[in-house]
Amino acid sequence: MTDTNGFSLTRRGALVSGVAAASTTALPLDAQPLPAEARAATVPVSFTVNGKKRALDLDPRVTLLDALREHLHLTGSKKGCDHGQCGACTVMVEGKRINSCLTLAVMHDGDEITTIEGLGKPGDLHPMQAAFVKHDGYQCGYCTPGQIMAAVAMLQEVKDGVPSYVSTDLTAAGRIDAQEVRERMSGNICRCAAYSNIVAAIADVAGAEDVA
Amino acid sequence: MKFDTPAGRNPIDQQKVIGKPTDRIDGPLKVTGTAPYAFERNDVAPNHAYGVIVGAGVAKGRIKRIDAADALRAPGVLSVVTYENAGKLGKAKAHTATMLAGPEVEHYDQAVAIVVAETFEQARDAAKRVRVDYARTKGKYELKAVKDGAPIAKGDKMKTARGDFAGAFASAPVKLDATYTTPDQSHMMMEPHATIAAWNGDELTLWTSNQMIAWAVRDMSETLLIPKEKIRVVSPYVGGGFGGKLWVRSDAVMAALAAKAAGRPVKVALARPQLMNNTTHRPATIQRIRIGADKAGKITAIAHQTWSGDLPGGGPETAANQTQLLYAGDNRLTETHLAVLDLPEANAMRAPGEAPGMMALEVAMDEMAEKLGMDPVRFRIVNDTLVDPEKPERKFSDRNLVRCLEEGAQKFGWDRRNPKPGQVRDGDWLVGLGMAAAFRNNMNMKSGARVGVDRKGMVTVATDMTDIGTGSYTIIAQTAAEMLGVPLDKVVVLLGDSRFPVSAGSGGQWGGNSSTAGVYAACVDLRRRIAQKLGFNSDDVTFADGKVSSGNRAVDLAKAAGDEGISGEDSMEYGTLEKDYAQATFGAHFVEAAVNVYTGEIRVRRMSGVYDAGRILNPKSARSQVIGGMTMGIGAALMEDAVVDPRFGYFVNHDLAEYHVPVHLDVPHQEVVFLDTLDDKTSPMKAKGVGELGLCGAAAAVANAVYNACGVRIRDYPLTLDKVLEGLPVA
Repeated sequence: MTDTNGFSLTRRGALVSGVAAASTTALPLDAQPLPAEARAATVPVSFTVNGKKRALDLDPRVTLLDALREHLHLTGSKKGCDHGQCGACTVMVEGKRINSCLTLAVMHDGDEITTIEGLGKPGDLHPMQAAFVKHDGYQCGYCTPGQIMAAVAMLQEVKDGVPSYVSTDLTAAGRIDAQEVRERMSGNICRCAAYSNIVAAIADVAGAEDVA
Repeated sequence: MKFDTPAGRNPIDQQKVIGKPTDRIDGPLKVTGTAPYAFERNDVAPNHAYGVIVGAGVAKGRIKRIDAADALRAPGVLSVVTYENAGKLGKAKAHTATMLAGPEVEHYDQAVAIVVAETFEQARDAAKRVRVDYARTKGKYELKAVKDGAPIAKGDKMKTARGDFAGAFASAPVKLDATYTTPDQSHMMMEPHATIAAWNGDELTLWTSNQMIAWAVRDMSETLLIPKEKIRVVSPYVGGGFGGKLWVRSDAVMAALAAKAAGRPVKVALARPQLMNNTTHRPATIQRIRIGADKAGKITAIAHQTWSGDLPGGGPETAANQTQLLYAGDNRLTETHLAVLDLPEANAMRAPGEAPGMMALEVAMDEMAEKLGMDPVRFRIVNDTLVDPEKPERKFSDRNLVRCLEEGAQKFGWDRRNPKPGQVRDGDWLVGLGMAAAFRNNMNMKSGARVGVDRKGMVTVATDMTDIGTGSYTIIAQTAAEMLGVPLDKVVVLLGDSRFPVSAGSGGQWGGNSSTAGVYAACVDLRRRIAQKLGFNSDDVTFADGKVSSGNRAVDLAKAAGDEGISGEDSMEYGTLEKDYAQATFGAHFVEAAVNVYTGEIRVRRMSGVYDAGRILNPKSARSQVIGGMTMGIGAALMEDAVVDPRFGYFVNHDLAEYHVPVHLDVPHQEVVFLDTLDDKTSPMKAKGVGELGLCGAAAAVANAVYNACGVRIRDYPLTLDKVLEGLPVA
C-alpha cells in the first residue's frame, strides 16, 4: 500500500485486477446481475424468543442480532457497532447476557432467547424499565435496551456469586455496591452518558442502599 | 411572533408543569425498545433492499478505474452506484466535501460506491468485491506541520482586539504564555448514521437520523438537484447526534441514489468503523494563550490565538469564542486561524468553539492563579465582568458566574484543597481537587409549531423539531400543557417530520429554549382563536384545569374545540436582543481526581457543579444533559483522541474499541445544581441552552485536579498515562 500511483486496495484485488487488465475492460456498471445466484444458501434454525418458538431459514452469516432485527423485526435490540464494542445489542441467551452482534444466529438452535421486548411493554414495564424512566437512565434511548438487559442479567450474576474485577472477596456472593455495578456494566456504552442515573436505577431495583 | 423586547409576565411563569422534574413522555417507548429509529422502519418500506457503502481507500487523489463486475455478479446484488452512473449531482453549500467521490477523492472513506443487494450479508460481501484503482496524490494531514502561515479564518470575530494587548502584556508583573493542544475528536453517537430512502415517482422520502430536518431537505435538494417540495424527511427518534447529524451525510445521499437505481426502497447504515473517516469530526487545535495580570490578580492583558485545519472551503474550530466574553481585561486579542488539511471534513461537535477552547483557557487560568499565588476560584471572581469585555456598552442579559463559583466551591468542599500539588496521598494514589468555569454562548433560532385541540380535549403539537436525547418531546409537551391549562397526559407531541412547521432543530444548545418558544407562539395563536370562537375578550382569558375562562364564564377546552377541533400555528423569531445583550450560560465545575503513583492511572472520584441557564424547563432531563456533558469532558480530558496516520491521512482508531469514550467505571456519581434564575432577554420561556454547558470547562477541571493531585501539568490533551508518568516523581 505504499505506491503513490494507482495501487489496489487488497492483495486479492491486486491479483485479480492484474489478470483482468490483461484481458478485457470492466463491465459497465449497469450490467444485469446473474439471477441464478440471487438466493444465498440458507440453513434452518429454530429457537425460542421471548417464550415464542421461531423457525427461520437463514444465511449462515446472519448474526443473532440481525436475525432478531431484520428477520423477526424485533428491533428493540440495537446495532451500535456490530463489533461487540458497545453493548447496545445485549440480549439474554439461556439467561446469560451476550452481545448478539458477536454470535451467529445458526449457533443458537434450540436456545431460549430474551430480548427487551420480552421484558415488558409500555403500560406494563419490568421494574428495571420503570426504574430507568424514573431515574432518567437514558437520553437518546439507543443504548437503553442493551443497558436494561445487561442490568437485569448482571443482578442475577451477582446473586449467583459470580465475582467481578472489583470484587474484594471472591467468595462473598451477592454483594453489590456502586463500584460493582459500574464495573459489571462497563461493557455497555452510553455516549449521552446517563451513567450516574443508570447506576441509580439499578440500585433502586436491587434495593441497595449503598449504591450511588 | 417576534421576540424583540424583554419578556413580561406570561402563562409560562405559572410553572404548574414547566420547571417540574418530569419523567420523559417518550420514556416507556425507549425503555421497551419500541421507539423506532431510522433503520427500524420496516413498516414503511417492507420491500426494501440493503445498501452498503464502499469508502475511498486513499485520502486524496483520483479514481482511475472502478471495477464492479465481480460485485454485480455476486449473489443477490441488485445494483452498484458510483459517480460514473449516479447522474449529475450538486454539492450542498453546507457540505465541505461531496457525499459521493469521483473522480476526485477528497478524504479517506469518502463514499465511492454503494452496493445494493437483497440482504445485508450479500451487500456487505459484494461491497468487498468492488475494486477501485486510485492515483494517489500527496496531502497534508498534520496540523502542526501547516500551522505556521495559516491565515486568519474568514467570518465574524475571527480576529478581535481591544486596547493595547502587546504593551499591557509586556509590562504586566505576572504573566503566562502557554500553548495547549487538543486532538481530533469523534462524536461516536450510539446510533450510526442510517437512512431508508424510497421514491414514489419523482418524490423522495427519507426516514433518517438527523438533528435539523429543514437543513436536511435543503441539502438533499441541493445535492440531488430536485425541488425541496419533492423531498420528505422523517426523523422522530435520533440515537444521539452531538453535531454529527446536523447535516445529511452519505447514508442519506447514497440511499437515495441506490433506491433510484434499484427501483426499490433501500436502507443504509454506516458501519461503526466508517463513522470517523466518512463523516465529520471535531478538529484538533493548537491554542496559544497569554495572560498578564497585576499583583492583585486583575487581568490587564489576555490573548487567545487558535489554529485548526479543514478541507479547502471548510471552517475553523472557533476555540477563542469564550475568551471574547468570559473574563475582564482592558487589553485583549483573539485570533482564529484556519489551515488546509486533507483529513475528513472538520465540523461541529457538541459546543464547537467553547468545548476545546475552555480546555485550554481554563487550564491557563489555573496556571495563572498559581503564579499569582491566588485561589483559582478567587482569581475567576476577581476577573468577572457584567459587560461584554470587548464592547463594554453591551451588557450581559443575565450573568451569575460568581454565584456558580461560590456556591459550587462551598458545596464541593473546595476549602479542603491544598494549593500545593502532590501533597495528599491515599494509599497508592495522589489525590487532588480542580475546578474550572463553565461557559457557553446562548443562541436563539426561529422556530415554528402547530398546536391543535380535538373534541376530547387532547392537545397535539406538531413541529419538525428533533429529540436527540435532549428531552424535546417532554419540554414541548410541558410548554403546551402550561399554555393551555391541561395536564401533561393530555398532550401528544409529534416531532421530526418535514411536513410539520420548521423548527429550530437540535444544535448549538439552542433547541430547548427556541423550540419551546415556538410552541409558546403557536399556543398564543391557538388561545386567541379559541377566545375568538367563544366570543371572549382574549385579553382576560385564562386556560386552567382543562377550562377556558373569562369573567364568570368557563367552557371546557374540549367543548371549545368542538367536533371539528381547532388549531393554531405560528413561529417565534428574534429581534436584536441577542445583539444588544451578550447572552450566555455559566457554571462552575469541581473535580476530585486520583493519580496512581506507580502507573499514572487517573480516576475521577468526584465531579459536581453549579450551573446557570435561566429557567430550567425540566430539571430532570436538564440534569441529564449536564452530566452527559461533564462525562464527555472526562472523555476529552483522559482518553478521546482520533489518531491521525500522517502517511495515509486518516484516523486510525476508528471504532469504539480503539477510540475510547467514558464507560460506567470511568464516571463517579455526579452532582448538579441549577441556579433558580430567569433570563427575560432570551424568549418568553426565559430559558437558555443547557445541552452543551456541562461539557464546556469540564475537561479542564479534570486536568487541573490531576495537576493538583500529582504536580504534572499536561498541556497536550488527552492526559494519558505516558504523559503523566513522564513528570511523576519516583514513588
